[in-house]
Amino acid sequence: MKRKIGVYLCHCGSNIAGYLDVAKAADYAATLPYVVVARHYSFMCSDPGQDMIKKDIKELGLNGVLVCSCSPTLHLRTFRAACAEAGLNPHLCEMATIRELSSWVHSHDRVAATEKAMALIAAGVKRVLYRNPLEAKWAPVNPNTLIVGGGIAGIQTALEIASAGEKVYLVEKEPSIGGRMAQLGKTFPDLDSTEELLIPRMEMVKTSPNIELLTYSEIAEIGGYIGNFKTTINKKARCVDETKCNGCGECWAKCPVEVPSEFDYGMRKRKAIYIPFSKAVPKIPVIDRKNCKYFIDGSCKACESVCPTKAIDFKQEDKKIEIDAGACIISTGYDTFDPSPITQLGYGKIDNVVTSPEFERMLNPDGPTGGKIVMKNGATPKSVAIAHCVGSRDQNYHQYCSRVCCMYSLKYARLIKQQLGADTNVYQMYIDMRCFGKGHEEFYKQASEEGVNFIRGKIGQISTETITDEEKGKLVVVCEDSLLGSMIRVPVDMVVLSVAMKPRADTADISRAFLLGRSADGFFLERHPKLDPVGTMLDGIFAVGCCHGPKDIGDTVAQATGAAARALELISKGRVDIESATAFVDEEVCAGCGVCESICAYSAIEVNPKTKLAKVNEAICKGCGACAATCPSKAMQLKNFTHKQLIDVIDEATKDFAGLAK
Amino acid sequence: MAETKEQFEPKIIGFLCNWCTGAASDLAGTTRAQYPPNVHPIRVMCSGTVDPVYMIKALLSGADSVMMGGCHPGDCHYVSGNYKARRRVAMLKQIFKSLGLDDNRVWARWISASEGPEFAKFMNQITEETRKQGPSSMANDWAI
Repeated sequence: MKRKIGVYLCHCGSNIAGYLDVAKAADYAATLPYVVVARHYSFMCSDPGQDMIKKDIKELGLNGVLVCSCSPTLHLRTFRAACAEAGLNPHLCEMATIRELSSWVHSHDRVAATEKAMALIAAGVKRVLYRNPLEAKWAPVNPNTLIVGGGIAGIQTALEIASAGEKVYLVEKEPSIGGRMAQLGKTFPDLDSTEELLIPRMEMVKTSPNIELLTYSEIAEIGGYIGNFKTTINKKARCVDETKCNGCGECWAKCPVEVPSEFDYGMRKRKAIYIPFSKAVPKIPVIDRKNCKYFIDGSCKACESVCPTKAIDFKQEDKKIEIDAGACIISTGYDTFDPSPITQLGYGKIDNVVTSPEFERMLNPDGPTGGKIVMKNGATPKSVAIAHCVGSRDQNYHQYCSRVCCMYSLKYARLIKQQLGADTNVYQMYIDMRCFGKGHEEFYKQASEEGVNFIRGKIGQISTETITDEEKGKLVVVCEDSLLGSMIRVPVDMVVLSVAMKPRADTADISRAFLLGRSADGFFLERHPKLDPVGTMLDGIFAVGCCHGPKDIGDTVAQATGAAARALELISKGRVDIESATAFVDEEVCAGCGVCESICAYSAIEVNPKTKLAKVNEAICKGCGACAATCPSKAMQLKNFTHKQLIDVIDEATKDFAGLAK
Repeated sequence: MAETKEQFEPKIIGFLCNWCTGAASDLAGTTRAQYPPNVHPIRVMCSGTVDPVYMIKALLSGADSVMMGGCHPGDCHYVSGNYKARRRVAMLKQIFKSLGLDDNRVWARWISASEGPEFAKFMNQITEETRKQGPSSMANDWAI
């Protein structure tokens, strides 16, 4: 077959054309052997761009297409579909990444970027040259969905999918679902009680026949691919039999051990056998084996003696559960920034300097203070300062804006005034007020009308050293009022630090387990910030909520609903295309030595003892190419990644491109 | 005219696995990390696909050094491809040493999909190191 290759360079607006000479590179491409047409266009992925390729395939009879644009993870599917529409086998289409590998990373050297693009194009043409048409293969989609993280994002996704009639496994590492939202007091801008919003949804999760809830469980292993993930869940020993426990609470009432409650940030105590909060779902306690007396010295068995259903089981062990799923949704949420390194704020050293998560617990009617705003000595504060951007928008900690702090700080101001009287002085020390959502600006205006004091400036210091009589017995907030251009001292009874949202401590582990990318801020990376905000670089895995960046509850729920739609899309389609670039054997060359058989990680190769020939089971082969690299006679090769092709590509890549773009 | 060391721009071939180092190269691009253009990346499905012959071929064709990038040990998308690759590179370096060839021109790195900055850093490192080593004579010495 005489090869006729079309080369298409994308400008990607100015993303490529702004940094390298697309026209010159296209001219160069046109001179390459087998290239019959080389064009460049502003957006190859757009309809007119794709039509250009389709038209050339039909009119010029192209039998090879090289699109030089972004990474194949973004648009290879788009261009292959376009080729298929025009009647060309999609495997004859290949991409050269001149954006991520050239224009974006060599932005300061136009000549070098152009030359590197030329090299990538020349090597790309060679790759197309050796490609052969392959038959599409597909696999059925497992209709189960695995959701990791049971906060509002995970709950919403689970409910959406379950209500469509599909099976969901919701895995949560804490003893109860609810996540961060369960810790909050009220929401902005409507000042609804979070309990009112969340608890019914948690109950729905519990009662839904389509949701299997696995709390106190973590992902141990994950393998497989879109439509067919195989995961192993480690269900940690609760030491309480979930089938017997009725949540009566006798056990934790009787337990003699008291330790600080993680759920309440240590603001009150919990027992060694406990549920994190009173409305936990499931309402089944967990024995904290580090602190339980029985596990320390074998002495106490108080819980076992009072349990009416004999549910306590000290011998329970961690259990491995295997779950197969077609789609995985990551909704692992966020951690909050610990402000103790910012020593001038005195957090942890000065009483009544609290963080926003602690203040939220104070506002929650189920919280340690029963919803009352109180100081450490039990008195109500007469004045409160709220410090914005603690750990956010700060070069030393997190560069990004945490997006929700302005709004919840305003919420605090209004709730303080509601609860403690309109004459309570509330100060907001802010850098910029960012109230961009629906009803948010109105909420801000209302707060100012209610008499909240806004001081534009960052807090320099919080101190107990007082100068004037007015300051006596109070905390002095020293800060610059940048609108007045002078330093001011504000005496208050309490300071709330609106701390940043940051990636969960285990983000790196999750990212490695699921092979997810992370952006510079440490959160998970979405496939496309605008067009695919819930997708990840790995097909079939979606990330929702704060695990890929700070956002409020409304945005999280919107994303969760979106991810549910994506999972359902997969399920209703019922099949996914799978890798057809498998290994193959040249039977003329194969000597039947069996090295390939021993090296294959999937046991996809067998050597026939009679014919002494290796045979690849294409249904099992994943196309990794380990066998091809090992085969001493080069009889084993990978379809469309053949030795000849790679050797030719290397030859092309090592040619001299210097001076071509000058 | 012989090139002076300051002007020497090394030519480097990099085999990047599709799932980790290749994805990291995408991420480096997305975050607009800047690094020298000397490495020509060739994307392969797995570091385990990289036949040592490819690395030798690159050096014989005129590359001044060659690298292979895969997933971190234990994280291979294809179970164990990177372990195979690791052995192959170790073996190749041994063979180079025993033949009196410069095994410092053969590199292997494990860079995960999330390590865009590490990828850019390594591009700087390999370019700098190769520049210090100067042009490779392998292509000339072994020309057939």
